[in-house]
Amino acid sequence: MLLQIEHDTFYRYDAPLRYTIQTLRLSPKNEPMQQIMRWRIETNQNGFMPQCEDSFGNITHTLAIDRPHDYVSVKVSGEVLTRDTGGVFGFGTETMPVAVYLRETDLTAADAAMTEFAEQLRSGSRGADLSEIELMHRLCEAIADTVAYRIGETHSETSAARAFAQQQGVCQDHAHIFVACARRLGVPARYVSGYMFHDPHGAEGEAAHAWAEAYIPDLGWVGFDPSNRQSPTEAYVRMAVGLDYRGAAPILGLRHGGGEEDLEVKVRISQAHSVNQ
Amino acid sequence: MRGEAERFFDELGAVENPRAAYRLLAEWLANTPPEIFEKRRQNAEILFRRIGITFAVYGDGGDPERIIPFDVIPRLLDAEEWRFLVRGLEQRVNALNAFLHDVYHEREILRAGVVPEQLVFQNASFAPEMCGVSVPRNVYTQIAGIDMVRTGEKEFFVLEDNVRTPSGVSYMLENREMMMRLFPDLFAQHRIAPVEQYPEALLETLQSVAGPYCDGEPVVAVLTPGHFNSAYFEHSFLADQMGVELVEGSDLFVRDNFVFMRTTQGPQKVDILYRRIDDGFLDPLCFRPDSALGVPGLMNAYRAGTINLANAVGTGIADDKEIYMYVPKMISFYLGEEPILKNVATYACGDPDTCAYVLENLSELVVKEVHGSGGYGMLVGPASTREECADYAERIKANPGGFIAQPTLSLSTCPTFVGSGVAPRHVDFRPFVLSGDRVRIVPGGLTRVALKEGSLVVNSSQGGGTKDTWVLEASEAPAGPADAASSPVDTSMEQ
Amino acid sequence: MLSRTADNLYWLSRYMERAENLARILDVGLRMSMLPHLEGGAVSEWRSTLAAAGGLAGFDAHFDETTAQHVVEYLAFDPQNPSSIRNCIKVARENGRAVRTALTGEMWESLNATWLELADVHPQNLERGEIAAFLDWVKERSLQFRGSAYGSMLRNDGFFFTRLGTFIERGDNTARILDVKYHVLLPQTERVGGSLDHYQWAAILRSVSALGSYHWVYRDNLKPWQIAELLILRPEMPRSLSACLAEVNNYLDRLALAYGATGETQRLAGQLHAELRYGRIDQIFQAGLHEFLTDFIGKNRHLSSEISTQYLIG
Repeated sequence: MLLQIEHDTFYRYDAPLRYTIQTLRLSPKNEPMQQIMRWRIETNQNGFMPQCEDSFGNITHTLAIDRPHDYVSVKVSGEVLTRDTGGVFGFGTETMPVAVYLRETDLTAADAAMTEFAEQLRSGSRGADLSEIELMHRLCEAIADTVAYRIGETHSETSAARAFAQQQGVCQDHAHIFVACARRLGVPARYVSGYMFHDPHGAEGEAAHAWAEAYIPDLGWVGFDPSNRQSPTEAYVRMAVGLDYRGAAPILGLRHGGGEEDLEVKVRISQAHSVNQ
Repeated sequence: MRGEAERFFDELGAVENPRAAYRLLAEWLANTPPEIFEKRRQNAEILFRRIGITFAVYGDGGDPERIIPFDVIPRLLDAEEWRFLVRGLEQRVNALNAFLHDVYHEREILRAGVVPEQLVFQNASFAPEMCGVSVPRNVYTQIAGIDMVRTGEKEFFVLEDNVRTPSGVSYMLENREMMMRLFPDLFAQHRIAPVEQYPEALLETLQSVAGPYCDGEPVVAVLTPGHFNSAYFEHSFLADQMGVELVEGSDLFVRDNFVFMRTTQGPQKVDILYRRIDDGFLDPLCFRPDSALGVPGLMNAYRAGTINLANAVGTGIADDKEIYMYVPKMISFYLGEEPILKNVATYACGDPDTCAYVLENLSELVVKEVHGSGGYGMLVGPASTREECADYAERIKANPGGFIAQPTLSLSTCPTFVGSGVAPRHVDFRPFVLSGDRVRIVPGGLTRVALKEGSLVVNSSQGGGTKDTWVLEASEAPAGPADAASSPVDTSMEQ
Repeated sequence: MLSRTADNLYWLSRYMERAENLARILDVGLRMSMLPHLEGGAVSEWRSTLAAAGGLAGFDAHFDETTAQHVVEYLAFDPQNPSSIRNCIKVARENGRAVRTALTGEMWESLNATWLELADVHPQNLERGEIAAFLDWVKERSLQFRGSAYGSMLRNDGFFFTRLGTFIERGDNTARILDVKYHVLLPQTERVGGSLDHYQWAAILRSVSALGSYHWVYRDNLKPWQIAELLILRPEMPRSLSACLAEVNNYLDRLALAYGATGETQRLAGQLHAELRYGRIDQIFQAGLHEFLTDFIGKNRHLSSEISTQYLIG
């Protein structure tokens, strides 16, 4: 599937800022299930925007503006050719030891209720026979059944435990809960941020999306998307991974001054009909 | 004290027959009336307060600017003892640096099964953000403070490797200044290796690890959490002695992936930060998002190699209390050498059998929290009541993996002025090891003394004091100024 | 140098200067309150002292009655008064402590010793007869600090910012001291130019250590416009507004030279200095002394905020 992506983020401030710095994880890479045909990031930082690859293998850019300004604009546009791999990402080329993905973070700490929830999946009917991949599919389903998809009840700093307790949240919360429970079950897991194309005739959903990946020894990393009760398909574009949202967030920033912030985000994903060479 | 003399090694030795290094000092002690010690002690306190060498003790509620008690009687090491220590320290710190590089790159020591993987990757002190990051000269811990104790004529043990942001070196320097002021005659009698070149050695070390983007003279700055930090005096003291800026997070900013200081003439690029802020507070975009002490974007610049940090991020994995057990094995693994300095036997309570042993023998052990520091939350078995041991046992049972135990060491004693006169008190020792283009160790260190009779806890937060540490030069060495006396002990990185 | 360091040096010397000038202002009050009165105690004198120190509103919020003891306590010691002498010294020391490396050992020891000695002074133990001695001590410590800075600092930007703080603050304070006379009321039975009026002016001169200088410069008995001229326009009088601005100009020029760049502060300071340098006292009196002083305090404050923008924020 050839997907065209436009992702505009616009921050406006009611007082001038002296300084803004943002880490952008807004660049997908060529992977087994996606090929980047065209990709471009434009901002209102004049000139060079340094790029590096972080320890988790994500391409990051640093946007820093140190002259008075009253808005920050980040515009992303590109084309990605995707294919369906049954949700399997594989082993990748990154060098981070898999065991690192068993670490708990503040956002993905499992409390007693989540631990019990996770353990029950294993010990359920014929639980002893469950393979890890089956267990993860079960987990994905169970989260979809338990935690309702609802916008506005959580925010970007809501922890997995908090979202689980209130039994509602968005894709970020679903992914956090999945990651936290999988780690409790001894399965390395990570947070993934990216995009998802929704068929204009099908159900609506977020275009900027997040899901999870779990590490299965024979398969490598396999994606699970509790918000859509499925593993990633060719409608998904995978952008960054991390131990939690903070490690994979598309934009993470800080500023000096500026007063009130007004944030506007527009994401448009459409299917292109031919491949632009 | 008479009874203790048999159990503990006293560094002075028998009063009537002192050890060679202490011969002159023993004479001096015998001929000096206690009033003189008291008078000098008061002089020292007034001077320390005037200079502003104070130390904040958390949660104390008392004087927020307390000074650490200073004992006017020095602790001595002879030339041979010092040579031995230098060899051992250099070896140990080289191994720790090699381990840090390995654990963030190839991880050969884990693959070889020498250090268990789960002790590393699950450890809060391991920084995944450092995986694959190259640091200049592969040096991670440019400044290490190795805590040692002595238990006998030739018995030195390493108690703890401090490779994050070790403090205390300013006391080494100020204590020496104080002693030279208070007892010039005593100084003249001994041949004491100077320590005043430490700031210079530190600056050379830091400049030697400037990154590839540094052109011209490397710009060094000391990054402090600010003047409310307990070690602020030391931060400002070292910056001053090195002649570099003492900066706070808000003085720095990142642009084009370079780190700049805000100056009265506009931004100035920084090449090396001697940072005295913990990892978690360095960069709110990478670590704790609520940190106001750090510099947003610093980690990206660090990864890009435009700035170097001393010490590196993630060094805590090397001085973790459980990893400590494996340092002797690291030395053989990386250097192919026998460890020169000994480790203290350590029991990790995470192992059920070991835990049972520890619980059974609590009254004879010292138990520490794996992630604790500063002498807080530890149990000194022999000095504790049955109730205290029982309470502590419950804490261990609740979280065995959080505790390690060690036998109670017979820390050596040193003559110490205690108000009524001179009496032996337990001491430890923290020499400072600088690693850069080569290893530099200034002949001296911080001797901490437990001022309470019988106490084995030397931490300043727990009523400990400090002493000047004199490394005596070999008697046959000429006393010329161009001699080794005036330069730090240099030892090449090559084996 | 670091902008923050420059900022701390600037405010450190401002606060030390402020402590000294508060002592001077209190001294004026003390002297005026001892002048022969007809009625009503010395309430008016003490109220004017408070007004000059900018502490009237704060004082009234804490005290019902204006007495010598209350005023001294409030202006010298009150921890709730952000500009009490005690707080000035405290803030000065905190600024110094924050930039310990930028101070010379002598400066720090002077600052630290002042703070430690101050901790032993308790207002409740201070007898009326000891107040003057205490105020002298404050002046002496400020003088000692300034002397240690002047005698031990390298003549580079750090020194320039330290000196700028001193003279910006001193200009402000001299204007305020002079303004005391505006606020203090003469009893109805007293005539302007009478003996009480005379003593009040003399007290002001004494407080800025200028009684002798006055006689030397004018060889005349005390006349209000000459006193005002001495404290506003005379370049040879070291606490006059003109002398302060000359110093401010001097150090801003030296900064510009060292940094190879001039900015808004150099222009503003030059302008303000020119007004004083070519000003005439009769014109000032025509327009109103109080109005002139208020205007000056505002311009001086603006200059200070421009110094911040140009150098101290970074």
